[in-house]
Amino acid sequence: MTVSEPPGLRHLRDPRGYSIELGRDRPVRLDCGADIGPITVAYQTYGTLNAERSNAILICHALTGDHYVADPHPITGKPGWWNDLVGPGRLLDTDRYFLICSNVLGGCMGTTGPRDVNPATGKPWGLSFPVITIGDMVRVQARLLDALGIDQLFCVVGGSMGGMQTLEWCASFPERVFAAIPIATAARHSAQNIAFHEVGRQAIAADPDWCDGDYLSQGKFPNRGLAVARMAGHITYLSEAALHRKFGRNLQERDNFSYGFDADFQVESYLRHQGSTFVERFDANSYLYITRAMDYFDLAAANGGALANAFRGTPTRFCVISFSSDWLFPTSESRAVVQALNAVAANVSFVEIQSDKGHDAFLLDEPEFHATLGGFLDGAAEHRGLPRAVKDRAPGDGAP
Amino acid sequence: MPQANGNLRVDLRLIADMVASGSRVLDVGCGDGALLAWLGRHKNVDGRGIELSMAGVSAAVAHGLSVIQGDADTDLEHYPSGAFDYVILSQTLQATYEPKTVLSNMLRIGRHAIVSFPNFGHWKVRSHLLLRGRMPVTDTLAYAWYETPNIHFCTIRDFLHLCRSLNIVVERRIALDRNGDMLRGWAGRALANLFAEQGLFLLSRKDESAG
Repeated sequence: MTVSEPPGLRHLRDPRGYSIELGRDRPVRLDCGADIGPITVAYQTYGTLNAERSNAILICHALTGDHYVADPHPITGKPGWWNDLVGPGRLLDTDRYFLICSNVLGGCMGTTGPRDVNPATGKPWGLSFPVITIGDMVRVQARLLDALGIDQLFCVVGGSMGGMQTLEWCASFPERVFAAIPIATAARHSAQNIAFHEVGRQAIAADPDWCDGDYLSQGKFPNRGLAVARMAGHITYLSEAALHRKFGRNLQERDNFSYGFDADFQVESYLRHQGSTFVERFDANSYLYITRAMDYFDLAAANGGALANAFRGTPTRFCVISFSSDWLFPTSESRAVVQALNAVAANVSFVEIQSDKGHDAFLLDEPEFHATLGGFLDGAAEHRGLPRAVKDRAPGDGAP
Repeated sequence: MPQANGNLRVDLRLIADMVASGSRVLDVGCGDGALLAWLGRHKNVDGRGIELSMAGVSAAVAHGLSVIQGDADTDLEHYPSGAFDYVILSQTLQATYEPKTVLSNMLRIGRHAIVSFPNFGHWKVRSHLLLRGRMPVTDTLAYAWYETPNIHFCTIRDFLHLCRSLNIVVERRIALDRNGDMLRGWAGRALANLFAEQGLFLLSRKDESAG
């Protein structure tokens, strides 16, 4: 993909992405009060920034995602998490848009996080890394855009934690967001979601190889703890119907129960596989920090207790999308966002996509979801004066 | 302006005629957004929609319209007062749980409301009950009693009575036949409650009216 590189920036070209140093002169002030800088931000771009710098779309990744949106993952080799949506003529059309996705602060795929060396001590940050928030992640993304010379994004889009970042963008930098698509997300992490995250964190902390967070210095890694955390998390990303359709009560490579504690059932085997592959690509402390950031997210509390305050006077066009079988970020959470936006007469669209695939539906092939996403982007592009894709006739045109 | 309104469903044409150019419109039960799209293109209207079905919302959003999935009973209360010039509710009032609250909310949110509904006072409806002793099933009311989404029927006279009690001004009233065409002469005026299959009303708040 061709990328226009702003002059005067120290870009380190990675085979599959860029990385940039930010905050050397002006550290980033975090919500916890600490200053951090300089930091490294790893990011990837697709398409070309136009002369007006008006066609940029920021894609925000989820908890265990990364900036390899449409590239093979450097560790697993699997296609990017939105691979099918990105490309010439596709929904995220690289012929028309300039797509940016950066690894979040606290992550482990190139952006500064607890796995990296603290320049002040020469040792890995570990648990001395400051506790971060969704707001901190967005602040760092804003610094990245400053460095790229992009004042206003055409669109911010993201699912799950990416949706939280999308909402945070709209609340913190409304004038920099022309359109926003928060997907399968919420304006606050619910008690149930915090509870699931705590199970994951406790699983990691219970692994002796976690070494109170100091495993990197001791040459160890809490594989078992992180795998259990992933297994618990993965269940929350699926629906009961999806699990049943995929596995039912089918046995794994056997005709009868083992009358033991092997992975008798396919669903057990599947979860163990999810756990064991996850530890190859994710850092345990990053998991602690990023889940914590999600737990702390509460846009209403941050705006005087009323979610509508977060969006008062917003110039942004919103498209809120939820999935009917998502019990981790249920439709009621999206509705709360929509109601807050309506209360301030914002320009908002909202659809609940019928799907039995649970929370993960935003990563999967859901034609209605993709039709809505593409249609909204196209309509917003027209309002922004960007080229539209060739479309069918609008409703009301030529109807009998 | 029949020519300017070409290509729009016949019952939506009359509604479109009531909307002033350049106004802000909320279409409640907007379907695939045909009316909103037409108003945006031909009358420079800033339109929003509410629609119950995913297919309708998805189609409308895919055509660049701002539409939320929801319904009149639950979503109107979240809009601020005076946010729109017109709030439109076409063929839906009789299917709401609380028509009175819905109507009040419409005229709180909008300076004007445009409402249409099937007239339960139509002579065919009356004759169904009178002569057959059965719940009416007609062209405009095509459901059997056990499966109808229409749970709050009213006649045109009932509706006018409700408007009076809510201090709502009726600026225009149009009687429609089964095809949505305007009834003229005595059938559309004095005897509308007997001969109109549908009623269409342009309403405003009393404090907003010129008189």
